[in-house]
Amino acid sequence: MLRLEPRRQPSKTMRWLTPILAVAITMVMGGVLFAAMGQNPFAAIKIIFLDPFFHETFGPYSRSQLLVKAGPLILIATGLSIGFRAGVWNIGAEGQFVMGAIAGGAVGLALYPADGIWVLPLMTIAGALGGMAWAMIPAFLKIKFNTNEILVSLMLVYVAYNFLAAMVTGPLKSPDGFGFPESRSFTAVDSTSLPMVYEPLGMHAGVLVAIGVVIAAYVMMERHLLGFQIRLTGESPRAARFAGVNPALIVAVTLGISGALAGMAGLFEVTGPAGKLTTNFPVGYGFTAIIVAFLGRLNPIGIVLAGLLMALTYIGGELAQLSLGIPAAAINVFQGMMLFFLLAVDVFVNYRLVWKKEVK
Amino acid sequence: MDFSALNPVSLMVSLMIAATPILLAAIGELVVEKSGVLNLGVEGMMIIGAIAGFAISVETGNPWVGMLAAMVAGAVLALIFGFMTQYLMSNQVATGLALTLFGLGMAALLGQSYGGMKPPRTPRLDIPVLSDLPVVGPILFSHDVMIYMSIALVAGVWYFLNRTRGGLVLRAVGENHDAAHSLGYNVVMIRLAAIAFGGACAGLGGAYLSLVRVPQWTEGMTAGAGWIALAIVVFASWKPWRLILGAYLFGGVTILQLNLQAMGIGISAAYLSMTPYLITIIVMVIISADRRRASMNAPASLGRNFHASH
Repeated sequence: MLRLEPRRQPSKTMRWLTPILAVAITMVMGGVLFAAMGQNPFAAIKIIFLDPFFHETFGPYSRSQLLVKAGPLILIATGLSIGFRAGVWNIGAEGQFVMGAIAGGAVGLALYPADGIWVLPLMTIAGALGGMAWAMIPAFLKIKFNTNEILVSLMLVYVAYNFLAAMVTGPLKSPDGFGFPESRSFTAVDSTSLPMVYEPLGMHAGVLVAIGVVIAAYVMMERHLLGFQIRLTGESPRAARFAGVNPALIVAVTLGISGALAGMAGLFEVTGPAGKLTTNFPVGYGFTAIIVAFLGRLNPIGIVLAGLLMALTYIGGELAQLSLGIPAAAINVFQGMMLFFLLAVDVFVNYRLVWKKEVK
Repeated sequence: MDFSALNPVSLMVSLMIAATPILLAAIGELVVEKSGVLNLGVEGMMIIGAIAGFAISVETGNPWVGMLAAMVAGAVLALIFGFMTQYLMSNQVATGLALTLFGLGMAALLGQSYGGMKPPRTPRLDIPVLSDLPVVGPILFSHDVMIYMSIALVAGVWYFLNRTRGGLVLRAVGENHDAAHSLGYNVVMIRLAAIAFGGACAGLGGAYLSLVRVPQWTEGMTAGAGWIALAIVVFASWKPWRLILGAYLFGGVTILQLNLQAMGIGISAAYLSMTPYLITIIVMVIISADRRRASMNAPASLGRNFHASH
């Protein structure tokens, strides 16, 4: 009889092999899904994974979207991964993303039409603070009242969506917008527009910030006492308490960091790719980033790769929508599958399959 | 401001309709959590139930067949979660999230061609004579069958958990899976059964949403209802009867804010739409603030995976 036997040590090889395995299985099962929808599975997979790079007509545009989409995913996922490693489950990054965009955007609009290179940095700080403040609500409630942070942070996503609707129809509505529910354009004014660093790959200033954050997160988690305390809290909360780690501090720090990064990502989104605050500028990066964090093994470098891969599925998904008429929702299924298969094959990190005779 | 437009009787009726999807999903999740498993995929199972129920009802013209299909769809999705957490020992929080993300995408994909359609009507059950009574009649005796069913289900779960041997075993598995295992109970099978039941209930709740409450299919229509169901289980301290209180409280807030929106009281509709979520947070804070009581009621093995070593 086949059965699972716990490994003495988690397998290091498997830790890096399983994400690749999960992507491979997702490609196969995604192909099955597309075949069930009456599409040629090979053509669909090729369009999603290869055409964004190599297609003659769409390639240049697709390549310029890669970092535009990977940037926010990597930024948010890096923050989330720090919390996840401490066993703090912030799943409301989408709400923090929205609140960051509102807070930073409001600062920009209040200064409109100020000129100066200090405007955008100021907005970025306001965005980070907005996202952080939103994340501190579940942190405070968890520390003070022991309230479950998963449910609170998630509820606050819906509150943030509604707050966004109230803002773009109220105080932040563009006075020259003919009554449309949207803010002034940030990209129309140089001082509030996110500069593009390298156009062909879509590298805007936010992507540079994301790279810096990834490096800082790596150093903090691997080389700094705080990172050690965060990891210890996640692996053994009891041991962490005996070692003198303050659990309240860990909750506040991890939620605060992830909220600030999500808020910053939101601000970069409205000052760059989206261009203005509207009710539909949030496209779910806050949720997709959860998949990115896991697929990247909660490790900053892994997250960069996973973020790029996930951005690729977004872009390839759009191409598949254009050329094959595959609905956009199919890509969400595809991304969901990836997390599923990853969690499934992850069993081999801690267990191995052995053949054993039934002992009665 | 004119409050006379608010008819308390019709408010009460729509409150019950708004509360029922959440009550159905919550009673299922309560059983799952009592068995020691935390399934955060309620939202995903609900929306899959919503589209499965809607699509099958439209195709067959029979809402009951649709609801049955919704239960099957919810249970199948739940069993994927069950297989992964019980056999592959995956993290329950992460797997539940995956279930929600996957369910939302899958439902949107399946629902492509069903937007804007009208489902067949679900028959109402007017209890003769009693339903003609003033005030009490419409509130207590003149609903669609599912509202009575949801209350009966709560009663049934209470009876099962507290008055039957099976319920005792299920609770034992949730409190201490190692002890239950050494007594010879099959922990994994009991949990899988509970997970499937939870999925079927969530699916049914979703179908009620798309077939009765709204009734229509729109993408992402559950709008956090599954998460609210999870919060209500915490609010109820894992006690079946208190789920009704929690769900109806939520239903009341939802209906009140919808009516205030319709009356146009000068507060932006967006602010009023926040209230159900804010109220949910507030009640969770109140319940969890009493640490001693909160930890006494939660199943001791909640969220912990079980692997038999021999």
